[in-house]
Amino acid sequence: MDWIVQASTYADDVDGAILLITYLVGFWFFLTAGLFFWLIFAFRKRDGVEAEYLTGGEQQPKKFITWAHMLVLVCDVFVVIAAIQVWVEIKQTLPDAPETQTVRIVSQQWAWSFIHPGPDGQLDTADDIKTVDDLHIEVDRPYIYELTSRDVLHDFSVIAFRLKQDAVPGRVITGWFQATKTGEFEIQCAEMCGIGHGLMPGMVHVQSPEEHAAWMASKSNGAMLAQAGR
Amino acid sequence: MATAEVTHEAHDDHGHHEDEGFFKKYLWSVDHKVIAVQYLVTGMAMAVIGGFFAYVFRMQLAFPGEAVPGFGIVSPAEYNALVTNHGTIMIFWVAMPVLIAAFGNFLIPLMVGCDDMVFPKINRLSYQIFLLSAIVLISSFFVEGGGFGGAWTAYPPLSAVSEYNLTPLGATLWVVAVALEFVAFLLGGINFITTAMNSRAPGMRLYDIPMAVWMIVVASILFMASVGPLIAGAIMLIFDQTLNTGFFDPAKGGDPVLWQHLFWFFGHPEVYVVLLPALGFVAEIITTFSRKPLFAYRTVLYTVFGTGILSFTVWAHHQFISGIDPRMAHIFTITTLLISVPIAEMMFVYIATLYKGSITLNTPMLWALAFIGEFLIGGVTGIFLGASGPDVFYHDTYFVLAHFHYTFFPIAIIGSFCGLTYWWPKMTGKMMNETLGKIHFWGTVIPFNVIFLPLFVLGQLGQHRRIYSYEGFGELMREDVWLGMGMQDMRVLATMALVVMLAFQVVFFVNVFITLRKKEKDAGPNPYNANSLEWLAPSPPGHGNFAELPTVYRGPYEYSHPDRKAKGTDFWPQWEKE
Repeated sequence: MDWIVQASTYADDVDGAILLITYLVGFWFFLTAGLFFWLIFAFRKRDGVEAEYLTGGEQQPKKFITWAHMLVLVCDVFVVIAAIQVWVEIKQTLPDAPETQTVRIVSQQWAWSFIHPGPDGQLDTADDIKTVDDLHIEVDRPYIYELTSRDVLHDFSVIAFRLKQDAVPGRVITGWFQATKTGEFEIQCAEMCGIGHGLMPGMVHVQSPEEHAAWMASKSNGAMLAQAGR
Repeated sequence: MATAEVTHEAHDDHGHHEDEGFFKKYLWSVDHKVIAVQYLVTGMAMAVIGGFFAYVFRMQLAFPGEAVPGFGIVSPAEYNALVTNHGTIMIFWVAMPVLIAAFGNFLIPLMVGCDDMVFPKINRLSYQIFLLSAIVLISSFFVEGGGFGGAWTAYPPLSAVSEYNLTPLGATLWVVAVALEFVAFLLGGINFITTAMNSRAPGMRLYDIPMAVWMIVVASILFMASVGPLIAGAIMLIFDQTLNTGFFDPAKGGDPVLWQHLFWFFGHPEVYVVLLPALGFVAEIITTFSRKPLFAYRTVLYTVFGTGILSFTVWAHHQFISGIDPRMAHIFTITTLLISVPIAEMMFVYIATLYKGSITLNTPMLWALAFIGEFLIGGVTGIFLGASGPDVFYHDTYFVLAHFHYTFFPIAIIGSFCGLTYWWPKMTGKMMNETLGKIHFWGTVIPFNVIFLPLFVLGQLGQHRRIYSYEGFGELMREDVWLGMGMQDMRVLATMALVVMLAFQVVFFVNVFITLRKKEKDAGPNPYNANSLEWLAPSPPGHGNFAELPTVYRGPYEYSHPDRKAKGTDFWPQWEKE
């Protein structure tokens, strides 16, 4: 799983759960497939060798099946625990650290709008910064997002963060992320949203605090100039 | 064997049924075998359309923006319509009619030993409505705005509001076609269940019913029990589209997520609705060609019922990230992973059936074994997706797509070829060509894996589904990521393999053509020395199936019984007294 970059705090946990499942599933897959091909080879039709009458009704041969399916159940328990742990971390908890910021994500056919808090760190104030298709965040800082849709279902997906969440019209869906790497990471729409669905890329710009402050300053000045001009 | 030969001769006087005229015999028939052929031919014609759609959109993905030979330039709207209708057709107009309707119709009366379905006219009506539904669906591609392109799951508000989907007529015709198809299968299901329960030959107890029949019966029960909510949903969706109601519109007090619950409450059992008949065919074939009883018949049966019941409790694993209460994900993760137990058990039992057998690798057996091998991959990759945490990453990626093609391809395509090649001699009285059959088998199964294994890798790299072109995504155009291939190279490889696989289907049709032109009926009633009742009837069975309705003395899988070996034979048909 180091094929793709891990750029959020929970990316590593998602990948860890996937790796656990890969080991468990891989064990069963290779065991079963190996047995399967061996049986086909070992009991191919040969002259003078007849099939045996085994109905599987007796206890002795059936034990192998019973034993195997108990083991499958045990593996399932491990998978459930790993899955739920990761799920609770991503979807059921919200950061409460004082430096947490909130951003608003508005999806529509076929664009993303982002409302960032300005230098005051608060939404719904005069210095809010609105952008289209570009989300600017600070590295190592927790963010809560409020995701909405103006028309149909969309899905805010950042592969590098291992984050995916549907946007549903009429609802505000809240979640969080915390980037761990600076750089630019792509946003894809992950829910069919009409003919422009494939043409709805966005970009998360994860910046160091200094870069982020500089970006905010440039945007705030621009916003103020625009207001003055009006 | 003597009994069988006598029956064969006795059946020759059934010729007098054949002077009914072409229309009455082939288009207005109430005979279950003719209706089976109608379903089979319609399903295969739809498969050709669905396959062509796959070819067009795969070509677009491999060579974005270039004209596709046989189609032309693909627009985003066309791309969405092709993807949507490929899924819709393959599940509702190929897997359902071929696996359940065609084989259910053909096999159930023959395998339970009666002369026809209990309600032959309902059976005829079922096919007629099905045909109508297919015509409605096809016509939806040609109306103004084009075919519906909102994915086969048709999530509102996209599917409900024409300003959003831009296919005002296509979307409505799509829902109407799907609703009609459901009506056809409800009618068919009534017939399958009633016939299997009420018209069995004397002596056939519930545990003597061949697995293929059981599986189709359970599938019909699952379908009938799950489809009600979706029919209600489909009607609400039609109202939202045409009467401007707001069942799924939050501005009018509706809820878009409601549709997802109704759809997947049906949609997940539907997976098992098509899976079970295919598993049934595999059971018949692996027992016949390994000359072994089905390992633990009763366990298989209980497993089938267990899977069926559990399948009603897993639907929201399709909706983990759809905005449902996050706590719900725990319940559905647990139920989803629980279903791995009966399914694994079934795989183990089938594999155990091979143990100490005498395995003949002819064409039907190859298909049956391929089903087990490929479905195994589909099964194990489902664990990743049923687990809520990892699904946050996997949802909507090509990993999902590759996973369900590793289940649906074995089901709909391999399963259909299992049934077709195995029962072809019974249907036509003629044996297919083995060499062509094996060429077709390898030419299908090898390219299938070359198509979908790279798609797992693409999914693992984060490639999303239903995207018209990946050229706008730098993260999805990386070079040299797997075996020296870049991501676009893998798309090209998958597309090329698809073209090869489609080309090899010609071999199958050639084989069919050659076989049908053969003059002599070389199959005889029981070419495989198999046990179940359909092999007592002549090949092909006449109107009324059996010269004399059979009596059943034992289960269908009594191969290599010691008492029979002493008499120099390794099978013990259900209809033979001693």
